[in-house]
Amino acid sequence: MLTEENIKKVEELKKRYPTKEALILPVLWMIQKQEGYISEESMKYVASLLNIPVGQILGVVTFYTMLKRKKTGKNHIEVCTNVSCMLRGSAKIMEHLEKRLGIKAGETSPDQKWTLSEAECMGSCGTAPMLAVGDEYYENLTIEKVDQLIEKLK
Amino acid sequence: MNFIPSDKKHLNDWKRIIIPDDNELHKIDHYISCGGYRALEKALEMKPEEIIEEVKKSNLRGRGGACFPTGLKWSFMPKNSDKPKYLCVNGDESEPGTFKDRQIFEHNPHLLIEGTIIACYAMGVTSAYIYIRGEYNKWIMMLQKAIDDAYTKGFIGENILGKDFSTQITIHRGAGAYICGEESSLMNSIEGKRGYPRVKPPFPAQSGLWGCPTTINNAETISNVPLIINNGWEWYSKIGASRHPGPILIGVSGNINNPGVFEMPTGRPLLEIINEWAGGATANKKIKAVIPGGSSTMILRGDQLEGVCMDSESLKSAGSSVGTAGIIVMDEDTDLIDVITRITKFYYHESCGQCTPCREGTNWMFRILKRFQNYEACSEDIDLLLDIANNIEGNTVCALGDAAAWPVQSIIRNFRDEFEKRTKASELKEAGN
Ligand SMILES: Cc1cc2nc3c(=O)[nH]c(=O)nc-3n(C[C@H](O)[C@H](O)[C@H](O)COP(=O)(O)O)c2cc1C
Ligand code: FES
Repeated sequence: MLTEENIKKVEELKKRYPTKEALILPVLWMIQKQEGYISEESMKYVASLLNIPVGQILGVVTFYTMLKRKKTGKNHIEVCTNVSCMLRGSAKIMEHLEKRLGIKAGETSPDQKWTLSEAECMGSCGTAPMLAVGDEYYENLTIEKVDQLIEKLK
Repeated sequence: MNFIPSDKKHLNDWKRIIIPDDNELHKIDHYISCGGYRALEKALEMKPEEIIEEVKKSNLRGRGGACFPTGLKWSFMPKNSDKPKYLCVNGDESEPGTFKDRQIFEHNPHLLIEGTIIACYAMGVTSAYIYIRGEYNKWIMMLQKAIDDAYTKGFIGENILGKDFSTQITIHRGAGAYICGEESSLMNSIEGKRGYPRVKPPFPAQSGLWGCPTTINNAETISNVPLIINNGWEWYSKIGASRHPGPILIGVSGNINNPGVFEMPTGRPLLEIINEWAGGATANKKIKAVIPGGSSTMILRGDQLEGVCMDSESLKSAGSSVGTAGIIVMDEDTDLIDVITRITKFYYHESCGQCTPCREGTNWMFRILKRFQNYEACSEDIDLLLDIANNIEGNTVCALGDAAAWPVQSIIRNFRDEFEKRTKASELKEAGN
């Protein structure tokens, strides 16, 4: 369920687009921000809110990597391993994180605290290597900086 | 972020104009006090077709990858249309090695907004969407703040500056799909569909968003428009390389001492950019290879760079292209097989799966490259790779297929010896040595 504030936002957004389908992505973002992921339940809710078949909502959710159908750990660490980051040591950063967190890229820790994943270029190649936790970018990484970050997030 | 190396100020013998040396420009009052939104005032006194003419004559070319002439693109929009017309500003910025549009969102958002409004006026657009990659949420919020301020001041909305012209600007947040930077996928994404590319024709100017006339321009392209209106096409066309003029944001990353985004006129020598602006290769190493314009442009050998300049003509004759002007520098220690495997993995991951050559081809190339990485490749694999790349190129609905094929083709063309060395080593390994 969207919060009242978000419902208002949806009403405002309706004026910006000629079709209700265009609201699918903005509304899914609101849901994900509220709940951390997009459940089957939420998809049905979006479908009824916008009066669009649920299959179409599912089609959108499954197309985009950032829309999550499962809860991730409390801290979702995404390490860019694309070429500019790779040239500046992203593999070492990833290796260190795997060791520190005791999980491999693509896994979530049993206590649901950490999810670690490999990511594509996030537009921080000039400050590589980098990782993101949610919306926050951590750039020009060193092993020490990674350690400090883990302590902070713990 | 480095915009200019502090000890090399002499390189900037002209003042930065896309991202000026001013940390306050994101504040609307400050932007206005520096002459901001004057181009909009001026533009609204002109006829729309005069603006298109001005942009045409300026020779501004798109900064989104294809260097397409912007004025010409605008002129494709029908003058009279009973349907609404749309503008999409492309801030998807997902090409590996590219991190320039983000600087505009952060440091000079009003320049982008002003350019967007002028573009809307010139083409009779009543609604513009700025599509920004989902990962850039922080920058989306910065730009949204600037848009809100511009609404409050009456630069966006109904009867802009008291004129009979109204337009709105809406940010549409992407959600992690490289393909949505491709213009027709981008439109599908805004429409709430899966982000598959569309078959062209029809071209967007005929049938774009919701079947209506639409223009798509990169965020940096649009940010050049107020400069042209303020200073005139003649002034603009004399900046940098004549056939591809203007200021350009160049990203330099990889094995480099001073990585960052540098604003400079087009046409500067690649070696000057790498060695002077960006401080040269890390630890004084030799440069083995350079990707000049984002991961989908053709890779060049380090010994091929002499005389090559950052403009469309020069890079074309060197066998590559400007792309998104994201230069990736690789030093002599770089394992190019690792590089091309990683790049190909990216295209395999990002292929939308709609066209068979791209879907199957990227996967197949990736698997073969993995064999090279693991010392399991045989000599036939080199030509097999080339063959697959050649069969993807030109055979797909959108250019993602080409973007996947070009790096593979060029790396084999320019560094075949590395692949041969690897297959020999693989054979030795196979023989148990
Ligand atoms: C796979 C693919 C991804 C693209 N990604 C982007 C992008 O992130 N940003 C961008 O401006 N253009 C991107 N483009 C190019 C756009 O399709 C389009 O040509 C461009 O936005 C037009 O703007 P311009 O004429 O101002 O350069 C991409 C093209 C392809 C084939
Ligand atoms: S390659 Fe890592 S942010 Fe671009």
